Amino acid sequence: FPGLADVSVSQDIPVEGEITVPVGSNSPDDDYSTLDEPVKDTIMRDLKAVGKKFVHVMYPRKSSTLLRDWDLWGPLVLCVSLALMLQGGSADSKDDGGPQFAEVFVIIWFGAVVITLNSKLLGGTISFFQSLCVLGYCVMPLTVAMLVCRLVLLAGAGTVSFIIRLIVVGAMFAWSTLASTAFLADSQPPNRKALVVYPIFLFYFVISWMILTFTPQ
Amino acid sequence: ITCLVMYLFAEFDDAANLLAANPDATTISIDEPVEIPKNQHSRLQEPGREEDDELLGTDDSDKTELLAGQKKSAPFWTFEYYQTFFDVDTYQVLDRIKGSVFPVPGKNFVRLYVRSNPDLYGPFWICATLVFTIAVSGNLSNFFIHLGKPTYHYVPEFRKVSIAATTIYAYAWLVPLALWGFLMWRNSKVMNIVSYSFLEIVCVYGYSLFIYIPTAILWIIPQKVVRWVLVVFSLCLSGSVLVMTFWPAVRDDNRRIAVATVAAILLLHALLAVGCLAYFFDAPELDFPAPVIPAHNGTTVVTKSH
Repeated sequence: FPGLADVSVSQDIPVEGEITVPVGSNSPDDDYSTLDEPVKDTIMRDLKAVGKKFVHVMYPRKSSTLLRDWDLWGPLVLCVSLALMLQGGSADSKDDGGPQFAEVFVIIWFGAVVITLNSKLLGGTISFFQSLCVLGYCVMPLTVAMLVCRLVLLAGAGTVSFIIRLIVVGAMFAWSTLASTAFLADSQPPNRKALVVYPIFLFYFVISWMILTFTPQ
Repeated sequence: ITCLVMYLFAEFDDAANLLAANPDATTISIDEPVEIPKNQHSRLQEPGREEDDELLGTDDSDKTELLAGQKKSAPFWTFEYYQTFFDVDTYQVLDRIKGSVFPVPGKNFVRLYVRSNPDLYGPFWICATLVFTIAVSGNLSNFFIHLGKPTYHYVPEFRKVSIAATTIYAYAWLVPLALWGFLMWRNSKVMNIVSYSFLEIVCVYGYSLFIYIPTAILWIIPQKVVRWVLVVFSLCLSGSVLVMTFWPAVRDDNRRIAVATVAAILLLHALLAVGCLAYFFDAPELDFPAPVIPAHNGTTVVTKSH
């Protein structure tokens, strides 16, 4: 612009005013300004979301929080802790030991993916990651059972401890299956519910079996 | 074309005139399945539903056979294509399982139950259940057999799960593939009346493996006789389902090839059962005390007691 070539600003003109657009919505997750918040706030928000979902699994009610705001942090933490606790089983070097870390990981994630695909192929209306989220979070009772089993095994490995472990694992298995069924069964077509629930039952049964047969060396 | 349209309008006018003149005339509407005479209306409210079930059954079969040609029209890279293989309801899966366990003599499993709606749900999940059942039962059985011994330390034997999975899934998918290829090849030489698609063969094989699930659970009983009786019994049941399915497909062929095919099917099925029994389940040891061996010469008797 040739006409402006000789315009010079000799003093600083302060620029002030509001740039933010007044947002009329009162949704709790307006995240347009989370870039400037302290890291602690970011982490605490995610942790609170994960913690709220754990509470939802412990008391399975028909709430849509678990389904709507899915995340995979909780399943990852649960899966890693379960796989770590299943280590130290008998005979690491021989072939006949318990499942290795990678095997537990693969079983949980691959099993969850297969169950999700199965429910979607049968005509379910739930999305892929929502289903993975629910199945992963419902492993939590079994992780608690694993913790209890390890503590019981510290005390001894006789028949009494086996019966305690059997009861605990059985109860947690039933809790996991019922919790995940409560969340997932509504999104299935009504005459195929049993076809969708059975693989979930098998999945948690296999995980319970791995927990029950854990024997420390 | 206008002549045709005028003719059709004339027909409708005639019909309307007839109805107006005679309102009590019974008219046949095309969407009723069967004309039910008036004296059977009272029977419809009765709880006896066999006739209705039969009618509905044939209607369903007619509809499915009509629609079968239109079903799998989605291209194979879309999700809807694979959804057509899971188009079964709970009662259909249960019916197919029942049909594989109680073979009706003379009836074909494919014609009776699958009826051009082969599903992959049954084969996949029956194989998965069988894998874990065999692994868990084998583990339990070994635990009970070796329970009293002081040198025995329990191991979960998790490696065997992957071996079981490979074996059973290979059997349930590769053997149907080979059989389908063989039947296609024979079809090109000899015109067979009955031919099956690959998915129908996979379906039959998958559902025929169901009988091994309760068999594997019963194999925990550590008696050799019981185990072998179970093997023979389950082999008879599922083998007969397979034979009755595949005999019509090969019987028009050369007699020797037909018999050889059916014998090969049965042999592979038996091999699977016996192999699983031998590998996953330890032999139950008979626990009577070792017989006392009399010494041959007095000089070489060495006291071995501690």
